[in-house]
Amino acid sequence: MTTKLPAKDAVIIGLGWTGSILAHELTEAGLDVIAIERGPWRNTATDFAPNYAQDELRYRIRHELFLQPAQTTFTFRNKMDQNALPIRNWGAFMPPNGVGGGGVHWNAETWRFLPSDFVLRTHLTQRYGAKFLPQDMSIQDWGVTYDELEPHYDRFEYLCGTSGTAGNLNGQIQPGGNPFEGPRSRPYPTPAQQQPFSHALFGKAAAELGYKPFPQPSGNLSQAYTNPLNVRMGPCTYCGFCEWFGCGNYSKASPQTTLLPVLMRKANFEARDLCEVTRINTDSSGKRATGVTFVDASGNEYEQPADLVILSAFTIFNVQLLLLSKIGTPYDPLSNKGVIGRNFTHQTISDVESFFDKSKFNFNPFIASGAIGMCIDEFNGDNFDHGPHGFVGGGYMGQVQTNGRPIQTAPIPPGTPRWGAKWKDAVRDNYLSALKPGTGVHGSMYSYRDVYVDLDPTYRDRFDRPLARITMDFHDNEIKQNAFLTDKFAEIFRAMGAQQVHKIYRKAPYDVTEYQTTHLCGGAVMGTDPKTSAVNRFSQSWDVPNLFVTGASNFPQNAGYNPTGTLAALAFWSAQAIRSRYLRNPGPLVPA
Amino acid sequence: MSPPSRRDVLLGTAFVLMGDAASKAGVLRGQLPWSANAGSPPQPITESGWLFFNPDEAAAVEAIADRIIPPDASTPGGKEAGCAVYIDRQLIGPFGSSAGLYTSAPFVTGTPQQGAQSPDPPAVVYRKSLAALDRQCRAQTGKPFAQLSSEQQDPLLSGLESGSLQLEGANGKAFFEMLLKNMQEGFFADPIYGGNKDMCGWKMIGYPGAHYDYRDWVGRHNERYPHPPVSIAGRPEWTPKRT
Repeated sequence: MTTKLPAKDAVIIGLGWTGSILAHELTEAGLDVIAIERGPWRNTATDFAPNYAQDELRYRIRHELFLQPAQTTFTFRNKMDQNALPIRNWGAFMPPNGVGGGGVHWNAETWRFLPSDFVLRTHLTQRYGAKFLPQDMSIQDWGVTYDELEPHYDRFEYLCGTSGTAGNLNGQIQPGGNPFEGPRSRPYPTPAQQQPFSHALFGKAAAELGYKPFPQPSGNLSQAYTNPLNVRMGPCTYCGFCEWFGCGNYSKASPQTTLLPVLMRKANFEARDLCEVTRINTDSSGKRATGVTFVDASGNEYEQPADLVILSAFTIFNVQLLLLSKIGTPYDPLSNKGVIGRNFTHQTISDVESFFDKSKFNFNPFIASGAIGMCIDEFNGDNFDHGPHGFVGGGYMGQVQTNGRPIQTAPIPPGTPRWGAKWKDAVRDNYLSALKPGTGVHGSMYSYRDVYVDLDPTYRDRFDRPLARITMDFHDNEIKQNAFLTDKFAEIFRAMGAQQVHKIYRKAPYDVTEYQTTHLCGGAVMGTDPKTSAVNRFSQSWDVPNLFVTGASNFPQNAGYNPTGTLAALAFWSAQAIRSRYLRNPGPLVPA
Repeated sequence: MSPPSRRDVLLGTAFVLMGDAASKAGVLRGQLPWSANAGSPPQPITESGWLFFNPDEAAAVEAIADRIIPPDASTPGGKEAGCAVYIDRQLIGPFGSSAGLYTSAPFVTGTPQQGAQSPDPPAVVYRKSLAALDRQCRAQTGKPFAQLSSEQQDPLLSGLESGSLQLEGANGKAFFEMLLKNMQEGFFADPIYGGNKDMCGWKMIGYPGAHYDYRDWVGRHNERYPHPPVSIAGRPEWTPKRT
């Protein structure tokens, strides 16, 4: 039996970063809003108190804060002619769960994409000619520009108190910042974090090689901060437990530390936790969403009618829910038609481990934060001439090592046995004097015709619904990109004085067992043409105009940066369009 | 009353799986949900013998622990560090039964990039593999693994690692990978979980443990951090035994 609840003005599916932003904005506009969240309510004092948050086994190895695959998972294959199998335990990426979403356990690297990233196909075609791009590469322009998003990036950074050094203030290049970034209208709200030894040494060596190193923009704050909503955050203590962990210190920007204290007190907002939306309902025309159906943790089913539906779950769950709700045309790679599931991407990550003379170098790798580090951007996006290299894309690179947690971070020189006395000696000798940035090379992954999401024919979730199926592999373009970037990265560690440098290139086939960031992108992409995009430039569904889809599922391809700054800016941009235009005149904001 | 549908059954089992202290769905409204003294601290292990391993298994795992992490002059080996105790407690807990993982059939062998597809949870892997290892040792030498010399044990472990030693009724290579991972977890995880006794793993490398605040140290470049490690449960000297 389904219980029908009183209608709301808006229902939000998933209360992570973008769900919280939309909830805040829509309630400010006076709407009566409900958010429905699959996972539990989480707060700092209860769920990641500082007296037990620093537990590598519990959170990093046993994944306590994440979605459990038993709740739902995906199937995976590299190629279309393979049999997809279920991801039984997480590896390559970590789907979030609970209020705050990925904002709870991210590293808080808070980047902006380059202006050229938003007009990628136009830009690359103009500079290199259409033939320079691989034929099956399906990159496209976003339909929104950097200049349009700038005020929204700014709002997110000031919401979070982001710590950094501006590189381009209103067109003026600033010393110590990233000279390649798009113009920003004002400095970061707080100064950059302090850099520990290895991170500072990387910056020094990079500068000596002629690069322009700058501190990574960090949502772990260099100092106490009160945001425009009057929510206070504390200074980061460099404890080295950010990604995979909740911050016990109110120092890492998250919905909990920036928005929820205000949102939860509003009379026109309510949230339901431990409730999973099973479908978005539409009327008989299929052109109007009537609300959602969800099931609570006791198995009771509810219908929540609403005039406006915001789909703000994690990337791939947005795609899955659209497919299950039969909204939009599913993507078919054979005919190259349809949009839902199209242009799915991840990130092209590699690393360099380096080993230094322990009598001269002591790095204390445990002193760090999730977004610590010195980076260079010379090899990101189209910041360099790709003509001689035969690939497109790139990424930032840096000594961005976030921790020295020893189960995962105890590097040993290549050739050392993996166990026994030699292993033990090597761990002892190198722990304090070896570096392992983790995601040191943070490369883009562009979109391809045969990398996509659809529904699995075999495996099902606990509601007997088909799992989402991922078909993904690395293409030559990304492999070449990664080899080029990894070589450049390794040169900097040599310049730092490393005795031994071990390059760990990213290679095909894509391996779902190996962690490569949680930056899944695409599948419900934005654009200017309903034939190649699921949503318009305001993240509004082309097919169902009272449905907006937010988050990294909007990215037509992934850039060489962490996605959160951009997906949050898009959420503010979309909210502004809803508030200023859609609510006055509900309907398509862009003619199809 | 009609019998439960397949869907009801699926829901029922799934919600048991999800269950924890906070598994009751709620409507949150008007304020930040708050209850005094709420929290979810970890459960330290209790000290009372083996809870999963039988005596033969325990002897084998302790022997393996001392080959993977051998004792030396300055640091205990895996056995004294408690790695076997750590694994024992993990195997009776959620890890041992693959709780929370996706365990629906069909189980089909795929490519390495698709990840493990075995229906056996780690507790079953350990039980089957340790029995097979001892069986094969007894057949060849008349002795179980634990009673062999280290010169005899190391080639067996290397054989599992490389795949050249096959276990009857078990995947020796996959078992070795699990062993290696679990031993290192035991050596470096917080001591509340049974290994890393007296924080010996952390002392060996100079890791300060569950330390909370390095603001005084972030700018002190190339200086060795001088303070001893601390566990989630503190340091032994913080809680002296009452006399």
